[in-house]
Amino acid sequence: MIGLPHYLVLSSLLFGMGLYGVLTRRNAVAILMGIELMLNAANVNFVAFTKFVDPTFVRGHVAALVIITLAACEAAVGLALIINAYRHLETVNVDQVDLLKG
Amino acid sequence: MARLAWLIPLFPLAGYGILIFRGRALGDRAPYVAIGAMALSAVLGWGTFLEQVLGAPPFVWRAAWAVGGERVITVGYTVDPLSSITVAMITLVGGLIFVYSVGYMHGDPYYARFFAFLSLFCAGMLTMVLANSFLLMLIGWEVIGLCSYLLIGFYFRRRSANLAQMKAFLTTRVGDTLMLVGIMALFWQFGTLDYQTVFEAVREGAEKASAVVRLGPWEVPLVTLTALLIFGGPIGKSGQFPLHVWLPDAMEGPTPVSALIHAATMVAAGVYLVGRAYPLFFFTPHHEALAWVAWVGTVTALMAGLIALAQDDIKRILAYSTISQLGFMMAGLGVLGYTAGLFHLLTHAFFKALLFLAAGSVIHAVHTNNIKEMGGLWRAMPVTFWTFLAGFLALAGVFPFAGFWSKDEILLEAYHHNPGIYALLTAAAFLTALYMSRLVAYAFFGRYRGPEQPEPDPWLPEDYARAGVRGPHHGHGAHHGPHESPPVMTVPLVVLAFFALVAGFVGIPGTGPEGGSWIHHFLKFEGFEEAGIRAPSFSWPLALRSLAVAFAGVGVAWVVYGARWVRSDQVREWVGPLYPFLRNRMYIDTVYAWVFVRGGLALAAGLRWFDVQVVDGLVNLVGWVTVLVSRLHRLFDTYVVDGLVNLVGGLTRGLGILLRPLQTGRAYNYILVAAAGVAIIVVVSLWKL
Amino acid sequence: MNAEALAFYALAAMVLVGGALVVYSRNLVHAAVSLVPTLLGVAGLYVLLHAEFVTAIQILIYVGAITVLILFVILLTEGATGLRVRQRNEQVPLALGVCGALVVLLWVVLLRVPWGPAAGPLPPYNPGAVGRSFLMPYVLAFEVTSLVILASLVGAIVIARREE
Repeated sequence: MIGLPHYLVLSSLLFGMGLYGVLTRRNAVAILMGIELMLNAANVNFVAFTKFVDPTFVRGHVAALVIITLAACEAAVGLALIINAYRHLETVNVDQVDLLKG
Repeated sequence: MARLAWLIPLFPLAGYGILIFRGRALGDRAPYVAIGAMALSAVLGWGTFLEQVLGAPPFVWRAAWAVGGERVITVGYTVDPLSSITVAMITLVGGLIFVYSVGYMHGDPYYARFFAFLSLFCAGMLTMVLANSFLLMLIGWEVIGLCSYLLIGFYFRRRSANLAQMKAFLTTRVGDTLMLVGIMALFWQFGTLDYQTVFEAVREGAEKASAVVRLGPWEVPLVTLTALLIFGGPIGKSGQFPLHVWLPDAMEGPTPVSALIHAATMVAAGVYLVGRAYPLFFFTPHHEALAWVAWVGTVTALMAGLIALAQDDIKRILAYSTISQLGFMMAGLGVLGYTAGLFHLLTHAFFKALLFLAAGSVIHAVHTNNIKEMGGLWRAMPVTFWTFLAGFLALAGVFPFAGFWSKDEILLEAYHHNPGIYALLTAAAFLTALYMSRLVAYAFFGRYRGPEQPEPDPWLPEDYARAGVRGPHHGHGAHHGPHESPPVMTVPLVVLAFFALVAGFVGIPGTGPEGGSWIHHFLKFEGFEEAGIRAPSFSWPLALRSLAVAFAGVGVAWVVYGARWVRSDQVREWVGPLYPFLRNRMYIDTVYAWVFVRGGLALAAGLRWFDVQVVDGLVNLVGWVTVLVSRLHRLFDTYVVDGLVNLVGGLTRGLGILLRPLQTGRAYNYILVAAAGVAIIVVVSLWKL
Repeated sequence: MNAEALAFYALAAMVLVGGALVVYSRNLVHAAVSLVPTLLGVAGLYVLLHAEFVTAIQILIYVGAITVLILFVILLTEGATGLRVRQRNEQVPLALGVCGALVVLLWVVLLRVPWGPAAGPLPPYNPGAVGRSFLMPYVLAFEVTSLVILASLVGAIVIARREE
């Protein structure tokens, strides 16, 4: 019988992968993908909690939807920034974007 | 009508507003605005006047203007015989002079501005006449003073005009300042400036013991002092001795200005004010203030008459004549001739305006002001000559012209109340006839002594001519000898001549009730009846005597200047140093120039020396001390304050050097640390659980 | 092992393998493409959790929009994402340790918490419940989110616009 712990273990693994991606990737696009993974892990948790713990107002679904929306926004703005940075600096590697470093 | 009287000054004021803002656009149509506004005022003014003639009660309207505690300053207007007849005179004479100016000023580059100033002047004058309190009167008074200043200097590029306008403004300012002090004294005593309240209070105060001011060794009753301070204003404005010096110089202005402001109306404002504030003068102990008025007027009349004898400039002669006649009015008011003085004010306005306008017409024709360069003009300029003659006869006091009736009234009053003044005024009347006859003889009779091709107008500033502007005296084309002026200028002359003839008829005995004259019935001072003073009735011997004096003056002039039985050079030799004395205006202007102008400059130089040596020295000392103190400060600053600041900076810097390696500037380092931190926190939390 | 468990394990494998490829792949295009099975797997999990509406949105937005967007950007920034460019930074071992520790700690925490029984059944029709929820108790969150969308829309356009 698949219960809450299964989902939690899965989501924590996914979150760990995402975090690893964020921490190790140099490319900004890849970092963004890592972030998406982390967000998905959180969403899985929300939806799972809604089913197994508290279905009031289906608020886990609501939170998941808001997160998806914000993820879309974040992707749009982040990718716009990346394109702009690439246009000016010819790179999208975050360790090479250091204009503000004194 | 009386309820609409407040509109009378507003029409010219509106005209002024239109002309000053839209004048340039109006161009040659500017006079229509001014004349239209003046015509509306004249209709209303004559309406209220006729209403008063038909026996309407005096009308006073007042409203609160400012409230300061218990004292309420009111503003409003008053319509009574005195103000209504003066308004009628001003609107009529003013309107005629406006019409005359259309021709006289035509082609002037500042045509609209001229009419704007004239309109503002009329607004101020009418306000001053209709006012029912000293405050509103003062406002109108200052407005007309300002307009006088502006119009004297109308040819503002001419140096002499600038000097004349300054002289006029500063000289009248002396009197105005005294008057302002007097008005303050009134307010301090009575807590109000409303005519009616003040005069009633003065009347009651006359019976009580009045306050006394100690001025050095003299003790002057406060009310007398106040009245004399207020009289300072009329002395300045009406050109009374010793503040008359500005009026002859004021002839620098265009001739219509001389006629309107410096002959007919503004200079009469002082006389009007004395008449308006007559209770204030009358109810002083022993009529003391009136005695001063009488003597000032008499001295002025005599002095100006003498000076006029030795002048050659036609406008200056008329200016001194005006001063002399104003002296007559003051003297008349002073010798309890309330009606006589104001009557002379009205008739004089007509014939003196006429004389000035006719003189302007003459100047227009011969392009000079010097009567010795004229001559024989009666043939060339018949209308001007006959109208001038009417003005001359009126001024000289020849039966039945206006001046005869009004001057005779003054002499009659003087005869009954103060024989000394009567004698002096008779002498002044003789002088009047003499200098006017001299003027007429030089200007209109004999042969023409001027050049065939007249020089450009001396009263016209050079740069007008240089700019190719047609001056007021149309310098176009070649014309030989003097010629008559256009109708727009002569028609006002004829109208004024008519009034110079008939305006005195209201003073004929029998025109009023009980055998008196109408003017005595219309313009009377109630205080006389209470005090039991009755106006002396007309007496033929006195009238014949003054007529004889007038003819004597004309006769003497005829002997010297007309028939030339005695040459004028011989007369000059006979009188010896008197001639240069009179010619140089009794050296009064010279003395003023030495005492006040040079004295003022010397004072200024002295003050400057004080400023440079003492004040600047003090300032420099303060500056030196400040520099010293700031040097000390700098030492403190460098070693103590800066040291502390540098210490703090150094500490911060050292800390920064210490911590800098941690600041990689790479986001993933920070995230890693954050994640590790989370892990550590979770571990710690679990440990505790 | 019933069908639900079978489906869960299959989806979990899909998600984890996809996620691993996203994180490990040297080729960024591969990484981006690997996002697709991951996100689809998550969508499948939503189906298992009876969240039909979230599933639909997940597929529409994540799989349909964001993945495509990311692929576009990778293609547009070819010079920086090429295979010759080093894709990892120097903190790989540290990150591996921290991430592993965090995951283990999460397991510890999550599994130690006594999650009680469900407070009630899910509503039978999810989209309607979600809509009511958005418009009644969470209307403020809804409106704020819409504002954020608007702001990011404008921001994205302004930032990415080629300067004249």
